[in-house]
Amino acid sequence: MFKKILIANRGEIACRVIKSAQRMGIKTVAIYSDADRNALHVKMADEAVHIGPPAANQSYIVIEKVMEAVRQTGAEAVHPGYGFLSENSKFAEALAAENVAFIGPPVGAIESMGDKITSKKIAQEADVSTVPGYMGLIDDADDAVKISNQVGYPVMIKASAGGGGKGMRIAWNDEEAREGFQSSKNEAANSFGDDRIFIEKFVTQPRHIEIQVLADAHGNAVYLGERECSIQRRNQKVIEEAPSPFLDEATRKAMGEQAVALAQAVGYTSAGTVEFIVDGSKNFYFLEMNTRLQVEHPVTELITDVDLVEQMIRVANGEKLTITQDDVKLNGWAIESRLYAEDPYRNFLPSIGRLTTYRPPEEIATDTLAVRNDTGVFDGGEISMYYDPMIAKLCTWAPTRAEAIEGMRNALDSFEVEGIGHNLPFLSAVMDHPKFTSGEMTTAFIGEEYPDGFEGVALDEDALKRIAASAAAMYRVAEIRRTRVSGRMDNHERKVGGEWVVSLQDQEYHVTIEADQDGSTVYFDDGRTHRVSSDWTPGDSLATMSVDGSPLVLKTGKIPNGFRIRSRGADLKVHVRTPRQAELAKLMPEKLPPDTSKMLLCPMPGLVVTLNVEVGDEVQEGQSLCTIEAMKMENILRAEKKGVVSKINAAAGDSLAVDEVIMEFE
Amino acid sequence: MKDIFEELEARRETARLGGGERRIAAQHAKGKLTARERIELLLDEGSFEEFDMFVAHRCTEFGMEKDRPAGDGVITGWGTINGRMVYVFSQDFTVFGGSLSETHAQKICKIQDMAIQNGAPVIGINDSGGARIQEGVASLAGYAEVFQRNIMASGVVPQISVIMGPCAGGAVYSPAMTDFIFMVKDTSYMFVTGPDVVKTVTNEVVTAEELGGASTHTKKSSVADGAFENDVEALTEVRRLVDFLPLNNREKPPVRPFFDDPARVERSLDTLIPDNANTPYDMKELIHKLADEGDFYEIQEDFAKNILTGFVRLEGSTVGVVANQPMVLAGCLDIDSSRKAARFVRFCDAFEIPILTLVDVPGFLPGTSQEYGGVIKHGAKLLFAYGEATVPKVTVITRKAYGGAYDVMASKHLRGDFNYAWPTAEIAVMGAKGATEILYRSELSDPDKIAQRAADYEDRFANPFVAAEKGFIDEVIQPRSTRRRVARAFASLRNKQLKNPWKKHDNIPL
Repeated sequence: MFKKILIANRGEIACRVIKSAQRMGIKTVAIYSDADRNALHVKMADEAVHIGPPAANQSYIVIEKVMEAVRQTGAEAVHPGYGFLSENSKFAEALAAENVAFIGPPVGAIESMGDKITSKKIAQEADVSTVPGYMGLIDDADDAVKISNQVGYPVMIKASAGGGGKGMRIAWNDEEAREGFQSSKNEAANSFGDDRIFIEKFVTQPRHIEIQVLADAHGNAVYLGERECSIQRRNQKVIEEAPSPFLDEATRKAMGEQAVALAQAVGYTSAGTVEFIVDGSKNFYFLEMNTRLQVEHPVTELITDVDLVEQMIRVANGEKLTITQDDVKLNGWAIESRLYAEDPYRNFLPSIGRLTTYRPPEEIATDTLAVRNDTGVFDGGEISMYYDPMIAKLCTWAPTRAEAIEGMRNALDSFEVEGIGHNLPFLSAVMDHPKFTSGEMTTAFIGEEYPDGFEGVALDEDALKRIAASAAAMYRVAEIRRTRVSGRMDNHERKVGGEWVVSLQDQEYHVTIEADQDGSTVYFDDGRTHRVSSDWTPGDSLATMSVDGSPLVLKTGKIPNGFRIRSRGADLKVHVRTPRQAELAKLMPEKLPPDTSKMLLCPMPGLVVTLNVEVGDEVQEGQSLCTIEAMKMENILRAEKKGVVSKINAAAGDSLAVDEVIMEFE
Repeated sequence: MKDIFEELEARRETARLGGGERRIAAQHAKGKLTARERIELLLDEGSFEEFDMFVAHRCTEFGMEKDRPAGDGVITGWGTINGRMVYVFSQDFTVFGGSLSETHAQKICKIQDMAIQNGAPVIGINDSGGARIQEGVASLAGYAEVFQRNIMASGVVPQISVIMGPCAGGAVYSPAMTDFIFMVKDTSYMFVTGPDVVKTVTNEVVTAEELGGASTHTKKSSVADGAFENDVEALTEVRRLVDFLPLNNREKPPVRPFFDDPARVERSLDTLIPDNANTPYDMKELIHKLADEGDFYEIQEDFAKNILTGFVRLEGSTVGVVANQPMVLAGCLDIDSSRKAARFVRFCDAFEIPILTLVDVPGFLPGTSQEYGGVIKHGAKLLFAYGEATVPKVTVITRKAYGGAYDVMASKHLRGDFNYAWPTAEIAVMGAKGATEILYRSELSDPDKIAQRAADYEDRFANPFVAAEKGFIDEVIQPRSTRRRVARAFASLRNKQLKNPWKKHDNIPL
């Protein structure tokens, strides 16, 4: 076995690989850029080599720098993780040239699967089901229309080198085909410098289901079941699970066997993923093969009990697979939620900065529930603008899907992340969404269910009352503590009453609390009663309540006369007042937030790259006003309506905070 | 007999109605509560004991003798806040617009006198059109009587003013001399002369809100210490503040049960200081993580944001915090921040509240506007305040402590009791660049050499150890254990005895 391996990656995947290596008794080498000097993967590894400035194209993906780190540390093998150099055949070649093992597939497999058209041809030759379409390249718009008619509408017009949703258009008729061809071609030319376009059938009610394969260099290959990755936002997976709630055993077997056939056709070794698109009638079509470890591999590990990283290392070391297809048993259900530093209330804009609080739920592994959290950050760590804004991958496993979802809800509830915007509320909302819980989602789920973005979840009355009862009981405890301050007048202490008015989400509940040693009974004026108990004490940010015996975890913050409570996908201001306070509070005027309709606010922290207008300019709806760079992405801010620029408060080069006013209109 | 009781109740009923239903409705329509409703919210339920409910004015000019409402436009008395005694007056805008008459002033003076004698804070709720013009000089005399008692009470019992309506002309000087002023957004304003007079005299056109609204006084003038959304929130937060304050200058700060381990370790603080010395970070995070239950009552949040002032609790007991804020102006000291912090330090010292100082200060802000504005004397206020303070003083230097600003920020030399530094501290006369440019002026033309000199300087001086070698820093501590170290430091100072030489009073550079 290798004595030392280098992990040519960062973040959670580097940490993930290090864990398996350590368990196998292999020494590990981390590489890091300037931005990752204090990163978790650097702390975890036995050695760490600095490889340059923060930008990945000057550090993590510079082959020569990684090679130098390999030479310097004498690592015998390199695990590339995902992204960066993981599917770069030149890197694999460079390693081979210096007799260092690449923990991944052979160069030939990377190259042939790396091109969408080539891979599709190989798949067809290996009798893998592919999407009907035209495999050749298309010359012009007329050609595109002709081919679209042959394939049959709707069709997908795709850039050969495409990815991440770029260079992709759906066309339902000739006109759209013509337009789609041109815009895909332009986008592909701009984004990838490769404007080759092809056309294929557009699959309706599509689900993204992928097969994990594992092959050794001795001709053995197995498939480790599937992963359902239909919950995506702009082609970025958000929630994955294994197995898929949609597949039956026959389809699973057919897909698995085709995946293995493809792997063998390209002489694949190591772990790989064959992605399929599956339509509403369980027809499946090959999409592409990812010749690397996938982000979402933990769900497969949880249901198969196979450590994929360990297997990859063993295969790279020339070992034979110790498992046969018959050994592969899918046990229970696993779900993965990707926790991103993206603010769901701001259309998922990336949010970077310091994690002032990062407290993941406790990792557990029992026969009824497992919680696994793969992460590359820590309390007080940082989400850097230079890399993927993923904070963690939270996985739960349980014997059934429903239990795994319930486990995920609870784990998300107790996951505390502060300091930056993140998608926890959104993940919680999806876990409660009937289309998800019933397993009836397609890749269009997010677009269809949240067409206007995510604005938080409105809780139903039952949930509100459980929260109201908890908040009232908590508030009473906090108020009693306040009366126990020193210096009070003996015998004239304040008595904290039992009657309270709780207001939240435009509802108001009159409650009476009877407290005893074990908790509180909260009577609502409609006759409903909740029994609340908890070991919460004032100041705890996480309140783990028991309401009528079932758990309720609330993230609490302080506001005058109450709490800010975050629970599931909701973010509530909960006021707890005495009846008299509540009566007087009703007399207070409703204050509307300031009118910002005539202002252009900075939607994210970022740098002003250009200002495209001047004071006095008349702008049209949709006109580009300025460009903000954030997370190395240029975002063009456009006029929402026609107007005249009356004031500009920022200049190119300024660094702006969220909601800073960039310009004002008359 | 029965009739007498009934008459008392009837008289009380009339008095409670103040200016009558119609004016109460008008008050509500403005989004304001009545004087009595405000007292209800400020004090513990049922704890209010009223004085002088039947006091009426003695004015006979302008037909005033025909209208002598009971209480005369102000409600006074005492009650409790979480069981602790406070005196309170609440001006009633529904009665003569809350205007101040001779008798109205006498009612306020009575509770001021009692508060000083009995050692309990005074909370004044201001909602008044100003002087009772019909009474002329008697009204002015009334103001002055109140002022004199504000002055006598200063430093004896905490005085808090809540501005919940107009407060104009001479009326502003009573709140101005109290310890804290809070305002309600959109419904309160304070100015010496109103917009009309301003227009006549200076031709300036300005609204009451612009001239003296909550925003003006919390952000620009620093007259007010905080502003709240509405009456309910304001009174709730005043209750919260009172929970932090001792009742008088003879008492220790209040202690209440706490649920936060004083030895709590905060690993995240180890990474609070960014790698780059010029990158800001939010000092509030440190305050929140040091404090019991993350509870920080900030004073003057919106003014001179380069310094933070406010109250926290450690082991349940109040501590005043002064901290440079690197997020704003790099946390430097300037005229505004020095004044803000100096007043806060003096409040704490007057009321035996221990002071925690968190230091990351690159120095004083340079420039003509600062020098012309008298930064020398204003900066000296903070220096003076720290130097004269005899309360327990614990200081933690997190990063920069440069030059004179190092001395000012509760240094060991100003009788600091515990002066800690994080390993990231840089205690020096100035930053490396500035220092090398002075020390090696002759080498300035050679950038490589200068860079080397700067690096050498940094190695030698950009650390806490030079100061620690001299004993100016008592101990270099791990950021993560700061809460425990600071809590233990204050615990060890509970019986601190320190007296300044006798004097009539000092002569702080005002």
